Amino acid sequence: MNNQSWNNFNKGIFKENPVFVMMLGMCPTLGVTTSLNNGLGMGLATLFVLVLSNLTISLVKNLIPSMVRIPCYIVMIASFVTVINLLMEAYLPELHSQLGIYIPLIVVNCIILGRAEAFASKNNLWQSFLDALGMGIGFTIALSLLGGIREILGAGSIMGWNFIGENGYPILLFIMPPGAFLALAGLIVIFNKISGAGK
Amino acid sequence: MKPVKSTLFNMIAAMLIVASGSAISIGYVYKITEQPIAESKNRKTMNAIAEVVGNFDNNPFDEKTELSNKPVELYPARENNTITSVAIKTSNNEGFGGKIELILGILTDGTITGYKIIEQNETPGLGTKVSENKFSKQFVGMNAYTDNFNLKKDGGEIDAVTGATISSRAVVNAVKTAVDAYNKFAGAVSHE
Repeated sequence: MNNQSWNNFNKGIFKENPVFVMMLGMCPTLGVTTSLNNGLGMGLATLFVLVLSNLTISLVKNLIPSMVRIPCYIVMIASFVTVINLLMEAYLPELHSQLGIYIPLIVVNCIILGRAEAFASKNNLWQSFLDALGMGIGFTIALSLLGGIREILGAGSIMGWNFIGENGYPILLFIMPPGAFLALAGLIVIFNKISGAGK
Repeated sequence: MKPVKSTLFNMIAAMLIVASGSAISIGYVYKITEQPIAESKNRKTMNAIAEVVGNFDNNPFDEKTELSNKPVELYPARENNTITSVAIKTSNNEGFGGKIELILGILTDGTITGYKIIEQNETPGLGTKVSENKFSKQFVGMNAYTDNFNLKKDGGEIDAVTGATISSRAVVNAVKTAVDAYNKFAGAVSHE
């Protein structure tokens, strides 16, 4: 892998992390991350859609007149999501019942349209694939971290395994929506400290 | 290859092709997943029935009874042709996240054997605790004919899940609907 390819893959994970740096896709980020499993599942589903949409859009980029590109991209992304939703409901009913309404919401996740518009419509197939993979992995890592922290603090368990016992009192706030903002803010502070941003 | 120009014809053609292509692929996937989706839903109901009613040797699905004007389905479970218990599928729309659907098992003497939630959208880690043992085992052993199905707050005997009164109340109300339906059903069966 040459330097530019490595950069395109790498940037989504750290330098341009969709959640911690670009602040994209906040709705699923804050909404589904009540447990590590949910965060991981949502991250992987988004990764899958992102790779598919980047690949297709990179393939057809010259066939779509630029004035109607956005509606065309949205229709394609929406079809991928619908297909994945149906396949999940049929073959992974457990995960589907957990993620429920958040799967259709992948359509309006601005990371997907954002990468299609900003990257896949200008770059070749291989670079678009690397970009989608990097962004997807970055998103998955962010969601898993957030989900893991909220589950530990708010439910006293990890991956569904309860470590404080039936009568323990976890910090319920972290499972509820305000806790999502607090945990995300804390993570961004740590992230910025490590990356040296904001200096 | 040069990008296609944005003439009226090109734009209409591109959108038409994209839209029909996605319609065809969604239609195709819908067709191949229709069966597995229906099966997995049925399997879920079946497993829940088996879990709440214990032993049975008939197919409760064949004897499904629906009550008019109420969202209730009754599945009688028979052993050697006598009804031993009834699984009742019902729902309540007043949960924190909307609809809660559950299956309640009742023995013929009115003893409740427990419930199993099959559909809910409650807050994960909070409202979802209504499907855990600590809350649900309170119902086991209650009597459908005599007991008072209410939260302690509402003058009954059931402890709500801490921080999830609304979810708890929705479950209690769903159980109440099922119990009412059972009382009607039991009245009808005794004349059989």
